Amino acid sequence: MVVTGAGIVSPMGTGFAENAAGFRAGRAAFSPVTLFDVSRQRVGSAGQVDLPDKGFPGRMDRGTRMAWLAAREALADAGLSGGRMPMMVGTSAAAMPIGEDYYRAAHLVGTSRRAQLHRVEIYQVQRQMAEMARQLDVDGRIRIVSNACASGANAIGQGFHLVRSGRAERVLAGGYDALCQLVFAGFDALQALSPSGIPRPFDAARDGLALGEGAGFVVIESAESAKSRGARVIAEITGYGAATDVHHLTQPHPGGDAALVTMRAACAMAGVPPEEIDYINSHGTGTPLNDVAEGNAIRRWAGEAVSRIKVSSTKSATGHLLGGAGAVESVICLMALEGQWLPASLHVREPDEVCVFDLVREPRAAVVRRVLTNSFGFGGANATLIFEKEGMA
Amino acid sequence: MSAGLAITGTGAVTSAGWGVAAMMEALDSAAVIPVSLLERALGDSVVQTPVRRVPLAAANTPKSARLRRVSPISRFAAAAAMEALGAERAAESLAGRLRVGVIFTLTNGCVNYSNRFFGEVLADPALASPILFPETVFNAPSSHISAMIGSGSPNDTMLGDESAYLTGIDLAAEWIARGDVDGCLVIGAEETDWLSAEALCLYSKDHVPSEGAGAIYLEPGAWPVRIHHLPDPVPYPFRGRIAAARDIRQALPADDDGQTVLVDSRAGVWRSDRAETLAWRAWSGPRWSPKRVLGDSMGAACALQVVAAVEALKSGVFTQAVVSATGSNQQAAGMVLRSSV
Repeated sequence: MVVTGAGIVSPMGTGFAENAAGFRAGRAAFSPVTLFDVSRQRVGSAGQVDLPDKGFPGRMDRGTRMAWLAAREALADAGLSGGRMPMMVGTSAAAMPIGEDYYRAAHLVGTSRRAQLHRVEIYQVQRQMAEMARQLDVDGRIRIVSNACASGANAIGQGFHLVRSGRAERVLAGGYDALCQLVFAGFDALQALSPSGIPRPFDAARDGLALGEGAGFVVIESAESAKSRGARVIAEITGYGAATDVHHLTQPHPGGDAALVTMRAACAMAGVPPEEIDYINSHGTGTPLNDVAEGNAIRRWAGEAVSRIKVSSTKSATGHLLGGAGAVESVICLMALEGQWLPASLHVREPDEVCVFDLVREPRAAVVRRVLTNSFGFGGANATLIFEKEGMA
Repeated sequence: MSAGLAITGTGAVTSAGWGVAAMMEALDSAAVIPVSLLERALGDSVVQTPVRRVPLAAANTPKSARLRRVSPISRFAAAAAMEALGAERAAESLAGRLRVGVIFTLTNGCVNYSNRFFGEVLADPALASPILFPETVFNAPSSHISAMIGSGSPNDTMLGDESAYLTGIDLAAEWIARGDVDGCLVIGAEETDWLSAEALCLYSKDHVPSEGAGAIYLEPGAWPVRIHHLPDPVPYPFRGRIAAARDIRQALPADDDGQTVLVDSRAGVWRSDRAETLAWRAWSGPRWSPKRVLGDSMGAACALQVVAAVEALKSGVFTQAVVSATGSNQQAAGMVLRSSV
């Protein structure tokens, strides 16, 4: 199973090239939130995408617009202009900003029934994804996964399995989420956001995450299919693992038990031991609990090889893209494989003692043959994906 | 996809009561379940929406620390899931001897808590409750179910219209075929609130919003009811709803042979029923439309159709059941079940 196309929209920019340049340079992309009122929140910044107001087809919400841009780039990159293929999409908040508009309008006397019906219709994620498929000329079944912050990774994993099992020749898979007031206020209420607005994953004094928004999509197809049409292969997908952490609704098991299961499962599927993984794009949110759990899982998974395992969290540059995170970070892994460099965990002043691995604090050139990306979500959804550079592994 | 998959457990929470028996009694007798009014103030007036609610019965909620502060959707789903799984399998799962996957499908999710939390945010976000927010996340209910049965196996929440439940069964079949799990709970659930009830009634005032949960337990085998045929759904973007419903009808080669029951997704609302009515207009055999009795529980509705179809087969009256789910705005889907009794 190979990736023949990739597309991305993140706070770093729009498109593979612009994002690759940003991550290679070690740039961070946080800015004041202007989409809604944050004057009464503890935090006022996030990884907000500079998205134009116009130029989008159909009746797409903000999240779907980003998803459409990324999916369109992925298809073009794969040399496709739509066609018959399933679409696997991960999202956590879906079109919540439209839902917020519906809620506000419902409290106003005299709101037009017709306008409310329009909001209800375009609020529904399946309606948005149907519109996106129509605009992309992608005809096939649509699966929408909502496993919180692992959604995008799970969508890619489901797509990988559809191709692997022979049920589909190729799939379009990815994830997205847009910033919205309900979710922003929710993370603030949980005091999960870094008060400074700058997340420091794996720093000993880290104090929370930053939210972001964006989308990542890939075209996955069988190697035979890619070869038959002369498609460029960006990477192979060789492993996927999924498991559930039942420790707590919002807190990971401190030892990272479920993360250990997914990393082991993905490696077993790929047929590689930990020491042959050149880089881990970690879930690395920057919350005190997540980074310890993930660090412990990496230590247990890698064993004696742990000191040679290179790890970073690109959420330090973009914030946490929630349902889009796993897909966007998969695309960042593809950038690393293609460019032979590693993105960094920015803003680290003193690494946490859990960092017995090689924490990448500055972008660096490297030989990158295999990469692993972790995604862990609210509710305990855990997922791991492994990508390999064709011909190098 | 069709495979050697058996449905060996069912569970339901509906406006007819808690448990499969209450639902089947209502469907068998074509009961008229009372309608109540959801009311909210708007300016100087009161907005009223007729709904069919799940009867209050706190004692029916399974006992779990995870369920102490949850909204109704999680209670409904937990009750249906535990009924479908059964105490013995739940114990096996808790003991780590049975790998139970969980697939949860829904349209609206935790609207009660989302409504309350966003109301607090608009009033003053600095004072919004951190207790409410986690329960607003779409996959919170499915997480609770995995936790209740101590299962670290995969757990996916799928969004979509009511037909997404059949997509959930398709995914469960994949997991079982690959050996990722020993068996899988597939749950569809919704709760009602003025937010979602008024939204449904914007499509037609003839809709009667409802709530509840349906669940099945799938595992390898053939007894007592097996999945005979589960075709790929037909999405709407390039065909439209009427053509998609017709395509699915053609993919479900079932005739009125006197032993087959059609369990459809009609709600008794002409506009929303039209595609399915046209697709199945030649059908003259037994036909059940659970929504017309129970109300429209949106993301839970197809799960309840499937549970009703399984129970119809288990009763011995029919040997084959066809489930037709013409979703509201995503896809048309369907499935053929056969009895092994």
